[in-house]
Amino acid sequence: MLLTPWLQSLGLPYAAAWLISQSVFIVILSVALLVMLAFLLLFDRKVWAAVQIRRGPNVVGAFGLLQSFADFIKFVLKEAVVPAGANKGVFLLAPLVAFTLALAAWAVVPLNPGWVVADINVGILYLFAISSLGVYGIIMGGWASNSKYAFLGSLRSAAQMVSYEVSIGFILITVLLFAGSLNLSAIVRAQAPDIRHWFVISPLFPMFILFFVSALAETNRPPFDLPEAESELVAGFAVEYSSTPYLLFMCGEYLNVVLMCAMASILFFGGWLPVVDIWPLNVVPGVIWLLLKIWFFFFLFAMVKAIVPRYRYDQLMRLGWKVFLPISLAWVLISAGYLFAIGRIS
Amino acid sequence: MWQAIAFYVFAAVIIFSALMVIAARNPVHSVLFLILAFLNAAALFVLLGAEFLAWILVIVYVGAVAVLFLFVVMMLDIDFAALRAGFMQYLPIGALAGLVIISELVVVFLGWATAGPATTPSATMPGISNTESLGRIIYTDYIFYFQTAGLILLVAMIGAIVLTLRHKPGVKRQSIRNQVRRVPAEAIELLEVKPGQGVT
Repeated sequence: MLLTPWLQSLGLPYAAAWLISQSVFIVILSVALLVMLAFLLLFDRKVWAAVQIRRGPNVVGAFGLLQSFADFIKFVLKEAVVPAGANKGVFLLAPLVAFTLALAAWAVVPLNPGWVVADINVGILYLFAISSLGVYGIIMGGWASNSKYAFLGSLRSAAQMVSYEVSIGFILITVLLFAGSLNLSAIVRAQAPDIRHWFVISPLFPMFILFFVSALAETNRPPFDLPEAESELVAGFAVEYSSTPYLLFMCGEYLNVVLMCAMASILFFGGWLPVVDIWPLNVVPGVIWLLLKIWFFFFLFAMVKAIVPRYRYDQLMRLGWKVFLPISLAWVLISAGYLFAIGRIS
Repeated sequence: MWQAIAFYVFAAVIIFSALMVIAARNPVHSVLFLILAFLNAAALFVLLGAEFLAWILVIVYVGAVAVLFLFVVMMLDIDFAALRAGFMQYLPIGALAGLVIISELVVVFLGWATAGPATTPSATMPGISNTESLGRIIYTDYIFYFQTAGLILLVAMIGAIVLTLRHKPGVKRQSIRNQVRRVPAEAIELLEVKPGQGVT
């Protein structure tokens, strides 16, 4: 995207310049995401440790900074066990699906004005579609493992993700009513210049809380981690997975968590925009702001995991269908009426 | 040229996976191939520039409908031998239905008249986005049809709920309100128990 004009000035035709610059951007984005993921994993563990007054990983590298890389090497070097009764093709396809989808969702996330792989008009729909496809990795993995625990875990997970997707869909509709566009960059621009116009400081505030809780459920994070409730289902859908396939599942799961953090920042906290639009803050690059917001939400996710006890399954379903769905549905109506009353839409 | 190549790749994958839906031995594989066909159909919409339709197709069919399919198919306890057993018995009727469809297709294709070279279709009016133009058409020109479709879906949804909702007598239910209202004073009673006497 950014390299295209420069490559064209070197004499390349537009198509080739576009192809090369897109590929370079995609590679850089993926590598940066995965490296960030390594440190986020460590951060996650450090936060739980701090809550439980432990030290957390502190052996590999200074302050345990290299712990995730050591874990990575351990995962990759182990033997990948495929159970004899497993449906081999689907069993190995499932983690690939989970990981690829989690990475593909980042194609439309705007990091800075213009810094986006695909600035498509229906970016928010793309994100919603990709996150609803995420359930396939889990169902396929659970079914192909040919094991009770894995199957039960995947069924729970699928029902849970489908339920919370419904309210996430309505929350997205309220946001795009306010923004007037389905393009993520346009949604961020609608919140310019600073915190005064962020959607979190607006009638959308209750939707932000609903979005955060639904994001916890959608990514199977505690207190909604029933699909892999270790006290009931050993490790849920991932029970038969080991080494690299498990690593892919885990990375996919964490990438989805980071994606939800990025979505919360973009939809409600102004994406790349600075908190206050004054001199020392507005010269900081937008990427830094977005990253700070993502890390802030990730910290909240980690704190929730450390503090809140697990929900029971019927409570989870009740919360999704009987509490969140009516509230978000009502809020679509209320915000459309509000926007109509103040003359923003006609 | 690239568009044509992409079209033929996606179309070939659709045809292949549609064939595999009926040819695969394992029903779960059939559903997975069906999902592949849906995804490639969405890709064809993207090629036409109808991005909104493409992603709605993915969200509705792949994200919701196919998940339910997969659910049901996984739960079924399928006996492959029993499936094969009826094959010869149903062959005549199946062959008859197939023949009827093929002859209808033949009739349609024989009467196929090809128009002259068409201009490339555009899903978008100049200046406004795909979503907006679709919204304008649906909510101005076809609002009554759209509302009728919505009503039919609502009736179907309520019908499904009525058919499956059962109120069994004698089932213990939890009332979240009552649980939240409980206070320690009425939940816990402190007793002074004398040794050897127990609680009466």
